[in-house]
Amino acid sequence: MTLSLAHFLALGAILFTLSVVGIFLNRRNVIVMLMSIELMLLAVNMNFIAFSHFLGDMAGQVFVFFIMTVAAAESAIGLAILVVLFRKFDTVDAQELDSLKG
Amino acid sequence: MSALTALFYVFAAMAVFGALRVITSRNPIHSALYLVLTFVSVAAIWMLLKAEFLAIVLVLVYVGAVMVLFLFVVMMLDINMDSGGRGFWRSSVAIFVGIAVALQLAAVLFLHFKGVWITDAPPLPADYKNTEALGSVLYTEYVYPFELAAVVLLVAIVAAIALTLRQRKDVRYNDPSKAVRTRAADRLRVVEVAPVVRAEAAPDAPAADAADGGPAK
Repeated sequence: MTLSLAHFLALGAILFTLSVVGIFLNRRNVIVMLMSIELMLLAVNMNFIAFSHFLGDMAGQVFVFFIMTVAAAESAIGLAILVVLFRKFDTVDAQELDSLKG
Repeated sequence: MSALTALFYVFAAMAVFGALRVITSRNPIHSALYLVLTFVSVAAIWMLLKAEFLAIVLVLVYVGAVMVLFLFVVMMLDINMDSGGRGFWRSSVAIFVGIAVALQLAAVLFLHFKGVWITDAPPLPADYKNTEALGSVLYTEYVYPFELAAVVLLVAIVAAIALTLRQRKDVRYNDPSKAVRTRAADRLRVVEVAPVVRAEAAPDAPAADAADGGPAK
């Protein structure tokens, strides 16, 4: 049994599903939610590289490069927002951050 | 089963186990460390797909920089670990959403997508170098998005610093822009002083000098 595109796409789908579950499961902790988002981007990158390999097109790897750039920027800004949030409210529980609720 | 397939299953199992522990462990530090395990396993799988440059970038950028940033923030913030149980309601919602997403992805992959079972990749030339191939595309065809990526990173730097910078009220500090703009007149003031008339020049006040014990004339 040789490796097919389906193996890699299935792995990407499993990782994506786990990260969606993680976002719903860890509503008490914004840090773990950010980690789940990183995992989600990783699953998407997995699909891009699998398609790039099996179709022989370099554009998929270029896309992964840009996605990784944006993901690094996103996590840096997200963690900065998290630090400011913790300084102001003393919690990272997404359920308690309801200041905008009337 | 070839060695390549066996390696794929080993690394895929490690990646899925790591992802499972990321979302289920109570301690955010354990989550971050298991996420490192997932990233390294996925980097190995990318090596199997002949994407060496991106695999190494994943290890260097993610494991080396982003996960260290995560660990730093987790350890800097004082988070109480014992946040109680997750609750039946939230777990059941999560499992329901997970099953829905999994069914949708499986339907898209295996029902409506015929090309999913291809096993033979297009043959690569003998002197194929992944980094060179990626660079030759990135710096010619995608050079404008590449510059935009640089701008995105610059914005991220400025935003992260601007968000977390705070002025402390209890510390005296020097304002550099004020210090540069200062002139000599701000620091040094030349005062015109009227000449003092000595007391012995006025002969009509000897009583005051005697009263305060001044030197004898």
